This record gives sequence, C-alpha cells and structure tokens, in this order.
Amino acid sequence: MNKKSLAALLAVFVLAGSLGTVCLGATTETEASSDGDVASSGDTGITIGLPQDLDSSLDPYQITAAGTREVMFNVFEGLVKPDKDGNFKDAVASSHEVSDDGLTYTFTLRDGVKFHNGEIVTADDVLYSFKTCADTTVNSSVASALSDIAGEKADGNTVTITLKEPLSSFLSAVSSVSIVPADYTDQASVPVGTGPYRFVSRSVQDNAVFERNDDYYGKLPQIKTVTCKIFEDNNALFTALNAGTLDMAFHLTVDQTKNLTNGYKVTEGEMNLVQALYLNNAKAPFDDEKVRQALCYGIDVDSILELTEDGHGAKLGSSMYPSFKKYFDDSLTDAYPYDPEKAQQLLADAGAQGLNFTIKVPGNYTQHVDTATVIAEQLSQIGVTANIEQVDWETWLSDVYQNRDFDATVIGFDAAYLSPDALLQRWMSDDATNMIGYSNPDYDAVMKKAQSTTDDKEQTELYKQAEKLLSDTAANVYIQDLADFVALSPKFTGYTPYPLYALDFSTLKLA
Amino acid sequence: MKIRKNGFLKTGEIMSLVLATVIVTGFFWTPYGTTAMNAAEKTLPPSLHHLLGTDNFGRDVFSRVISGAGTSFLIALGVVAVGCIGGVLIGSLCGYFGGIADAVLMRVCDAITAFPAILLALVVVSLFGGGMANILLCLGLLFIPSFARVVRTEVARVRDMNYIQSARLMGVSTGRILLRHILPNTFPVLLPAVTIGFNNAVLAEASMSFLGVGIQPPQASLGSMLKDSQTYLNTAPWYALGTGGMIVLLVLAVSLLSEGIQQGTGRGQV
Repeated sequence: MNKKSLAALLAVFVLAGSLGTVCLGATTETEASSDGDVASSGDTGITIGLPQDLDSSLDPYQITAAGTREVMFNVFEGLVKPDKDGNFKDAVASSHEVSDDGLTYTFTLRDGVKFHNGEIVTADDVLYSFKTCADTTVNSSVASALSDIAGEKADGNTVTITLKEPLSSFLSAVSSVSIVPADYTDQASVPVGTGPYRFVSRSVQDNAVFERNDDYYGKLPQIKTVTCKIFEDNNALFTALNAGTLDMAFHLTVDQTKNLTNGYKVTEGEMNLVQALYLNNAKAPFDDEKVRQALCYGIDVDSILELTEDGHGAKLGSSMYPSFKKYFDDSLTDAYPYDPEKAQQLLADAGAQGLNFTIKVPGNYTQHVDTATVIAEQLSQIGVTANIEQVDWETWLSDVYQNRDFDATVIGFDAAYLSPDALLQRWMSDDATNMIGYSNPDYDAVMKKAQSTTDDKEQTELYKQAEKLLSDTAANVYIQDLADFVALSPKFTGYTPYPLYALDFSTLKLA
Repeated sequence: MKIRKNGFLKTGEIMSLVLATVIVTGFFWTPYGTTAMNAAEKTLPPSLHHLLGTDNFGRDVFSRVISGAGTSFLIALGVVAVGCIGGVLIGSLCGYFGGIADAVLMRVCDAITAFPAILLALVVVSLFGGGMANILLCLGLLFIPSFARVVRTEVARVRDMNYIQSARLMGVSTGRILLRHILPNTFPVLLPAVTIGFNNAVLAEASMSFLGVGIQPPQASLGSMLKDSQTYLNTAPWYALGTGGMIVLLVLAVSLLSEGIQQGTGRGQV
C-alpha cells in the first residue's frame, strides 16, 4: 500500500484504538493519582472537574453563569450565607436582628474577620459592598431587592439597614451581597473575599486553583488545595474522571455514572435548575401563545425523563423547582399532558403548520444536548422541524443570553439565592435578564404585589399565581429539574448537597 | 487508460460494491427509523432484531450507521466533486499557461494547504453555520489545492511534449488540446487523488461531527455517533465498535480501490 492510504488507515485505527485504550485503562492507578500527600493531612489536594470555564470576570457582582457561582461560593461570603438546609446562618456578621415591623436589619460584624489579602473587615467595607453591589450587579433580582434600602448606617461594629417597605426575601438578598474590601478594583481577575478558600490563580479554559484560607474564622477545611480542571468537552471530563485523573466531578448524567468503572462513590441529588426549552417570546413564531402551547402539548416530558435520565429528574411545569417546596406548585407539572393531536390543531389554528426553527444549545452540556435531541425527534412527529445548533458556552452567553438572537434554546436556570424572586423576577417585562422577552402585564402586576406583600401566606399564593401565569401562557416548555450525580473518589468524603447551585469545598475531607 | 487486474483492485471493488449497495438501500429504507427513539430498548446488545444493538436513546445503531455512512458518502462525493472540478480547472490552466497567474495561484494553494483543512473548515462553519451544504462546500473548496497541484504538475510535464507541439503547429485550438490531448494524460494521477480525497473527506466530515460542528443531532452521522458512544464504551461497546467499524470499512474499501488502480496502471508501487 502506498503511504497516503496507509496514513488514512492509520488515522482511523488510531481513532478507534485510542477509544479502546481509554476503555481498557480506566481502572488502573486510581491510588497513585494524587500528589503524594497522605503523610500530613494538612497538605491535601483535590482535583475537581468542571464542565465549563469560569466567567471572564470573577467579580462577585458580575457573575452570570451558575457554574461560576457554584465555585465562587467558596471564596465569597455575605453578612449571612445559606447552609445545606437552606437556612441563613451568620457569616461575616456574628449576629443579625430584624425589627418587629420588618423594616430595620441590624448586623453585628464578627470580630477580626480577615479578607484574603490580610485586611480586617470593617463596617466601611460592608457599606461599600452594599453600594457597589446595588450599583453594578448583573443579578436583577438582587438589584431590585437592594433598591428597597432606605438607609444604611455604620456604627462601630454594627451595620443597620432600614428598608422603605418590608421585604421578606431581603435576608436572602443580603446573602448574595458578597463582602469585598472597599476600593479594591481587581476583583475581576484576582477576586478577594472572606470565604473558607481563597483564589490563587486561573488559566483560562484550563484550570482554576483555590487554597484554604488559614485565617478563616469558622471551622478550617481539611483540604488545602482545590484544583478545578476545566473540560469544555463533557466526554473528555468523563474519561478523565474514569481514569482517576479527577477526584471529583459534578453534574454527571445517569448514563455516565452507570459507565463509571473506577469505584468512585456516586451521590444522587437534584441540580436545582429549571431546565426548559426556552422560547424567544419576542420574536415570530413564538410571539404567538398558541404556537408555544402547541409545543408544550407536542413535547412528552415523561418520555424525555425516561430517555435522557432513566426516569430520574423531576418534572417542573413552571419556573420553580421542587426543592423549593414552599413555592412549588405540583399541579402545574401536568398542565400540558402529551397530546400530539391537540398540538397539531393549535399549530393549524395559528397558521404555523410545518413550523421550522432552530434550537441553540451549549454543546458542553450533554444533558441539554440530549434533551434537545429528544425534543427535536418528538416535534418531528407533529410536523415541526427543530434544527439543533450546538454552540460553545461563550457563544451561547453572547448570542442567546445577551443578544437574544435565537428561536429557542435548552438551558437550566438556577436560583442565585434562596428566594422565589431569584427564579421569577427574571420574566418581568422590564427585567434586564429577561432573555426570552416575556412581556405580560398581569405577570408584572402579580410579581410586584408578591414582592411588596409582608404576609407570608398571601405572598406564597401570589408567587404561585405568577408561576401559573407562566404555565398558562406557555412562556417556555418546562422540562425538568435534572438529577445531579456527583462522583467522588473513595479517598475523600464529606460531599454536601445544597438546595441551591453551590459546590462547598470546605466540607470535603480525606476518607 | 488500461488498468491491469490485481488483488487490491478486486478486493476494493467487491467491498465498495457491497458498501455502496448497503448505503444506497439506506437512502430509501433502514430496518428502523434512524431517529426513532424507544425508552424501553435503551442500550440493548446486538441481536437479530438490532444487528448492532441500540444506543442510549433506544435507536437502532445499524440503521443509524447506514444512514450516517450515507451522509458521509454524499458529503465525501460532493467534496471530491467540488475539489476535483475546481482543481482540474485551476491546475490545467496554470500548468498549461504558466506565468505570473500560475505562480500566484500555486502560492495561494500552498498557503491553504499550510493550514489543516479541518481547522479552516471549523472556522468557516463557526462563521456561517453548520449543515450539510455548508460543510460540503467548505470542505470542497479546501480540497481544491490538492487536486490543482497534482493536475498542474502533470499538465506542465505533458505540455512540452512533441505531440502537443505538433498539435499546436497544426493549428489545433487550445481548448481542444487541453481537453483531448492533455486531460486524459492526467487521469492516472487524478484517479488516486480522487480516492484519497474521498477518504480524507470521509474522515474530515467525521471529525467535524465528532467535534460537534458538523452534522447536528438528531440526524445520524458517524462522527457524532462516535462522540456520543464514548460514554457507553463500558456498557454498550457495540455502539462505538459498530460506528468505528463502518468508518474503517468505508475508508478501507476506497483505499484498496485506490491502491489497485495505482498498481494496475504501473504507478505508485511502493
């Protein structure tokens, strides 16, 4: 054979062969992968795989991606922070009090809390943080909660915040105001906070390194160094995990865990995300409610759960996930039972037969691509053509999230903090992050009312009403809260799931 | 052009014929729908019902492999057609007339060849979007230089031969000289170039789909199937083997054909 055809053949065999070796080499050497650390537990390191790069800015108020927020959870803290049960415990503040009328919040700062740069946290830093956050945050629900502040006052070690009107979700907004050093301008590249881990370095699209904050006021974590390896290709992440290069990986699919052969411990939880086929309500054809409803009827969510996750995962029905028990409305999950005939009828009524649109989906998320694949197949049964376009994460952020240049997309939205606002405020018509351009005066009115109501029961009802409006108008085709599978090397224990999108490094320890 | 029979040629012919039959049948009929999912039949091992088993969505791997091979086949054919026509046109004109245009065009070809075709294709596809037509056109254009170079060399060699000189002296038109007297001379080098180009195109399409910028799901493509199958190497190895096997067969068949042709025409012996 001549050289060229040989080379071509060789290429094929190498391709096939490399897959083969990966398969065979999977179980070897999980023992020896870490950094020769076992002697003193003080120098332990762990390597964690991340399915996407961190945001380009690590400034706590500029974080857009849930995947960045869950990592920076370890670096930044508010006056209070959420614990694994969804309660707020004191963090930078050592205690907090709320006046009986719900208008005055008094925080006493913890003594001697140090920033990662060694400076002591003062009341001025707190005021600066609140002001900067209110002015610059990209998180519209936090901004709106902070706009309720009438006055802030620092007095020695206490900070008093008075509100214009009572806001029951205020404490959860406080938890997302990360306390940062006053007038420190380098947060985007060298973030400085008060959390149990400090940021050491990052290499774009490669890794991010964190180190234990030995000055931490709380219980010192056991693991000294946390290295996050970034894999924009989910299969590569899985391969590295199975080969023992990674000690831990999050957000795995059920199929991946079934194929994991290296004896890692797998924990199942919920991702706390609202995964949906998000429809661009501002643009034809999805500016027509009938067309959107047709898609809701034409997509069989149960079948998606069965096909993509073996029946794991939870149905949603609206922009709220089940872990938020108080606000989750079970009845909405079956608001649109699978009914292809009704779907076709609605499409015919709307004059949209033979609908053809594109689903832009970030290719680094197997779960979202899989869901989109099943959706495309299901829609083809009702004569709708859904073309899938896989884009990389950066393209998704700029094209879909920022420029809103899309027909439909499959993605999951998390709650940036523990309040229904974090999931629902987004769809108010004037909200800056209203990616789908949802505009419904009724919804706006209900949401405004919910946010200003002090009666807890009434407020819960209003939020549920808002969720029902999203469902009734078929704002999006709600799919599921994905099952979240976490794989952890047997060398470590202590993985703690949270009711929001957070990866807590500090509870990890050697087994 | 005469091709002596030889073993490579025979094996290649038989394999290509069988594959072509399967692929062409696949355009009209596959045992199962290529995108039909079935939650009750996820990752089943090969059986009489599913010759190559099923994938993670319960789709029949055999049906998808055939359909994916069909897609690869069409794209590769199209790529070779675009590349070959463009290459012959540029190559023969450059070779025959020479001069500044020749030098410039050949340097442009060199420049294009300097980049891996897949890299350029990735850039083009991310700028103008994916889809079969775009991939085909884009790869086709990128394949032009390899054909142009082969044809140019051959034309430049033949151009100064006596019988061409004589034809010119007799007043035969340039077009006729190129078409009747020179072009047939390039076939022995062009044919292997076509077959190698075909193989490269199959691999290029598979690589692009593997990287997620080629054929988009749910349409079947050998590359994207190979990518998806990675997760299931341990529990459903038939998925990767069936898909990879088809790529191997496709490339092997055409490689043998190419080898046979070269041996049969007395060129390219190792």
